Order: sequence, then structure tokens, then C-alpha cells
Amino acid sequence: MVHPDLTGPPGQGAPPPAGGATPGRGARLRRRARSLGGILLSLALTLLGLLLVTFVIGRVMPIDPVLKVVGERATQAQYDAAFQAMGLDKPIWQQFLRYMAEVLQGDFGRSISTGHPVAQDLRRVFPATVELATLGTLIGVCVGVPLGVVAAARRGGWIDQIARVVALVGYSMPIFWLGLMGLLLFYGILGWVGGPGRQGIIYDGMVPTVTGLILVDSLVAGDWAAFRDAFSHIVLPASLLGYFSLAYISRMTRSFMLEQLSAEYVVTARVKGLSERRVVWGHAFRNILVPLITVIALSFGSLLEGSVLTEIVFSWPGIGQYITKALLAGDMNAVLGGTVVVGTCFVALNLLSDILYRLLDPRAT
Amino acid sequence: MTETTRAWLLSDAPQTRRQARLGAIYQGWLTFRANRLAMVGLAILVLLVLVAAFAPWIAPQNPYAQNLAERLKPPSAQHWLGTDALGRDILSRLIHGSRVTLFIVGTVALIAPVIGLFVGTVAGFAGGWVDQVLMRITDIFLAFPKLILALAFVAALGPGIGNAVLALAITSWPPYARLARAETLTIRNADYIAAARLQGAGPLRLLIGHVWPLCVSSLIVRVALDMAGIILSAAGLGFLGLGAQPPMPEWGAMISDGRTYILDFWWVAAMPGMAIFVVSLAFNLLGDGLRDVLDPKGGRE
Repeated sequence: MVHPDLTGPPGQGAPPPAGGATPGRGARLRRRARSLGGILLSLALTLLGLLLVTFVIGRVMPIDPVLKVVGERATQAQYDAAFQAMGLDKPIWQQFLRYMAEVLQGDFGRSISTGHPVAQDLRRVFPATVELATLGTLIGVCVGVPLGVVAAARRGGWIDQIARVVALVGYSMPIFWLGLMGLLLFYGILGWVGGPGRQGIIYDGMVPTVTGLILVDSLVAGDWAAFRDAFSHIVLPASLLGYFSLAYISRMTRSFMLEQLSAEYVVTARVKGLSERRVVWGHAFRNILVPLITVIALSFGSLLEGSVLTEIVFSWPGIGQYITKALLAGDMNAVLGGTVVVGTCFVALNLLSDILYRLLDPRAT
Repeated sequence: MTETTRAWLLSDAPQTRRQARLGAIYQGWLTFRANRLAMVGLAILVLLVLVAAFAPWIAPQNPYAQNLAERLKPPSAQHWLGTDALGRDILSRLIHGSRVTLFIVGTVALIAPVIGLFVGTVAGFAGGWVDQVLMRITDIFLAFPKLILALAFVAALGPGIGNAVLALAITSWPPYARLARAETLTIRNADYIAAARLQGAGPLRLLIGHVWPLCVSSLIVRVALDMAGIILSAAGLGFLGLGAQPPMPEWGAMISDGRTYILDFWWVAAMPGMAIFVVSLAFNLLGDGLRDVLDPKGGRE
């Protein structure tokens, strides 16, 4: 679970305005460009670190990568040829440079278990995860934000108590277990939702792929039956992820709101005789929008990751299931490729929230 | 407790250092005790430790004993929580599994904060390029999705409980480093550090004797709040088949065993999940209580 204080609003270390006079437009732009440059530099370093770590993990692996390629029965000459072709005879830093060059070109090698290039596999499985995580985040935002706001506005009231319990249970519940119990209840006993998987068998491959998101694709194709089927499959895993994201989002919203509601401008607004609704939603809420965006971006990132277990439970053909299956098969190229892609998304989301923060909050330059 | 001890502990003017220290602990305990939910959490965890300690005597049956004639039996007087696919008593397996859970949580909660404390205080205290390098490394680890990184580590090292612990520890130290660094930055220029330095204390002595003790309490709070997350991650690794290997009665792996039978024999997967939930809930409650005691600024929003 992402903890609030670590991931808290970036840009806190923003330098105070230089000089006594109001800085000119040029100076501000320059400073902004410099801070953007700093972000990009740290981004590049982080990505470099990501590649370095995956590279090291790949080298630590006790499985002989050459044997995996040539097979057990290869002659010594074949083995040596493959060994050289893979560049394993070169010094380790050259191997790393080669790995980096390959990854930057989108080449993660070939997956041993599926036989396809890893990049091609990832293009296939990634939309499934994105679809799930997006819907989950949407649920988390639509429920979590109002819940957090109301909990803060009526502090100590029954909604606040419920919000507290909801969050506490969310932080303590093993997600894969809740998924199993959900399947048992809503699929096994009540039969309200579709079972595991992304689509019913009869709809499999019926919808032409446009975006890879089946909900969108079936709408584009105007195929209502396929849409309903896909929806009945996604609703349970997405609500599950949504629950975990709402536990986090509602807590964060609540504490942001409490901070705003104790500010002096809120007192002023009340003294002015504004209705409580206007004070809460019109004044205090508008001021938490910026940090809230950061929270939502981070929560989306953690859902991309949290979906690993959910995907296993619901046999969801996404990146989490892909990585796990590859892992159990000792298919290192696929594992590392998947790790790099998820890690990059994580970094990109952090960057995005950082940039949004800087753009939207005039105080952070 | 007698009235005199109580008065001695709560004295405004402690006579000795020991009295002051015990008094502070006692006041913390009073604050903690006032939080009823935190007490519930503490009670559950004490129970868990007792159960783990006396597992072989409490468990009604051998957790490894298979009895195929009794497989997948629902909860009954003989098997309170039913039996699994190999006819093993689920209650006994849960009881023995508490040892595995405590082992994982305890080890990770010991290793990760220590690495974090070391990295963070050294970075904060040394400053300059050491700080830059260490924090850059920390950021890289922090940028990784935790579970995926742990998966990749376990993939490289091979599945098993030891490697799962290692992977969890490697992935969970960065937040502690950040925290310890922030604490160090606030105290490195404090007068008492300057005083100790004037007395001739070297950097190592300052770090160990004067900086670490002040970082520990916020780290403890953080660890207590993270415990639940560690349990859930460990159970997740077990569920994926990457943590404890069969036949070890690990709770996450037990859920994974029950997954195949979920629609017909729900109890096989349901019971271990309940156990995980109760224990991580207890850790969360305890963590909240400890935060109120040890970190009065951050608590009680």
C-alpha cells in the first residue's frame, strides 16, 4: 500500500522566489525549465537504475540462458556459438550496454514459454491490465472522494465511522482472498456476474481489436451483447481493485479536507454566511484538487501492480498473470520485460503527477 | 499496581534517570491503554504469539498428517475448521502456520528498518555526495512497484521462504531510509549534537549514540503500520507459489491450495484468509495506537 507521507506532494523543496523584486516572466520560465530539467534528469537516472536492477537480476538467475535457447541436447560447438551470439563472452559492462540498447529499441528478447517476442506478448496483455486498473481507479475515485469529503465535513459522525472501518478493512484484507470470496458469492452462489476470464468463450475473438480494451472495442463495433458479456466479467475484479483504491483515496481525501477546513479562509467563508455545502465543496474541496490528483495517479500505479494477484484469481489475461506464469516457467526474458514495462509506467505516472502538480499549483514552481 | 508505585512513576520531579525513563514508558502505556481498539489489536497479537509458541501442544492434530478418507470434510466437531484436499486438519495447519507468519514478519521487520536506518542516517548525517548517491539509490528502489520487484527477485533466487523474506526486505527498506534521513536532517544541527561534538565525539559515535536513538521511535511506528502490508505481501508471494513451499502450512499457500475447490469446498480457502485478515487487522490497530503514543505530532488528525 502506498503510504501518504512518502509519496506526498512533490515540489515541496521549491526554491523561494529569487531576489527582492517580483521576478520577471523570463526568470520564472527559466526556473521552470531548470526544474523540468531536474525532473527529466532524475527520470533518466531512475530508468537507468531500473534497467541495471533487472539486468543484475537476470544475471543472478541460476538458470543457464544459453541452455534455454539451444536445448539440452545441443553439442558443445552449438552451445559455444549461441554463447557468443548472445554476447555472454563479452565483459559484463558491454553486456549491460547491449541489454540497454535492446530494451531502448523495444526488444526484450523472445519468450521461451509462448515462443513470441516478449514485446509482442506485452502489447497483447497490457491493455487488459490497463482496462482493469482504469475501471478500478474510476470506482475508487467516484466513491472514495465523496466519502472522504463527507467524512471530513461531518467529522466523528456515522459516515466518518463507516469510512474509517471501510479503510481499515481495506488495508487489512488480502486482495486475492477477497477476490476468491467474491467469486464464490457473486458467481458461484448468486450467479450475478461472469466467471473468471475476460470474456465468455463464445465472444472470444469476436470483437475486432482497435484499442485492446474490450469494453471500448465492443462499443466501437456496436456489439451490445459482447459489451454486456465483457462488463459482467470485469465488474467483479474492477470493484475489488476499486475497493482497495477507495480505501486509500478516501483516507487521503479526508486528511486533506480536514487540513483545509481548519484554515482561516473557511472561517471567513462561514462568517460571510455561506451555506455549509458551498463552504465544503466550493471552497475547501477546490483547494485539495491538486494534491488529490497526485494521490489518484499514485493509486492508479499501485493498481497496475496490485492487479498481479487479482489477475491470477480471476484468470485475467493481463500483465500480472503473464509475469507470474513466465516466472514459474523460468522464462526470464518475459519476467524482466514485464518488470521493465510496469516499472516504467510507475515512473511515468509519478512524473505525470509531478508535472500536473507544477502546472496546476501556482505556488509550486 | 499499588498507589505508591503509580505516584513514583508519574512523579513530576524524577530523582533518577531510571525513574524518568520508566515514568515516560508508563505514561505512554496509559495513552496506549486508553485506545480500546489498539488494546484489541495487542490482545490478538499476544494471543498469536502464544499460539505460535505452543503450537505443537495446542494443535489438535499433526498439520502434516494426511488422511485421504477424511479429505475435504466441512467444519465439524472433529475438525473444527474442516479438512483440506489431502485430509489434513485445517485448524492445526493454521496454528502451525502462525509460526511461519511470525517468522516472515519478524525477520522482514528486523532487516528492512535496520538497512533503512543505516542508509538514511548516514546519508543525512554525511550530506554532500554521499547523501546524493544514497538517496538516488533509494529513489530507484522506491520507483519500482514493490510486489513486481519482489517477484523478480524471487524468480532470480528461486522460490522458498528464505528468499521470500529476502525479497520483501530488499523491497521494503527505502521508505525507512527516507524517514530516517528526514529525522537526521532535523537533528543534525541540534545543540546537543554540537555539544557532544565539542566533547570530542567522532562521527560514528555521534551517529550511533546520538542520532540513532532519536530516529528509532518514528521507525517503530512506521514498522508497526507496515506490518500488515508485509503480512499481505508475504501471503501474496505464498499464494503465487513463490514463498513457503508445500507441505509447509503457510497461510497464503493454503489459500492457493483451496482455490481449486472454491466453489464446492469454500472453507479450504476461506479459513486461512480469515486468519490473515484478523492478524493484519490487529497489526493495523496496534500501529494506530503506537502512533498516538510515540508520535504525538502525526497522530490524531
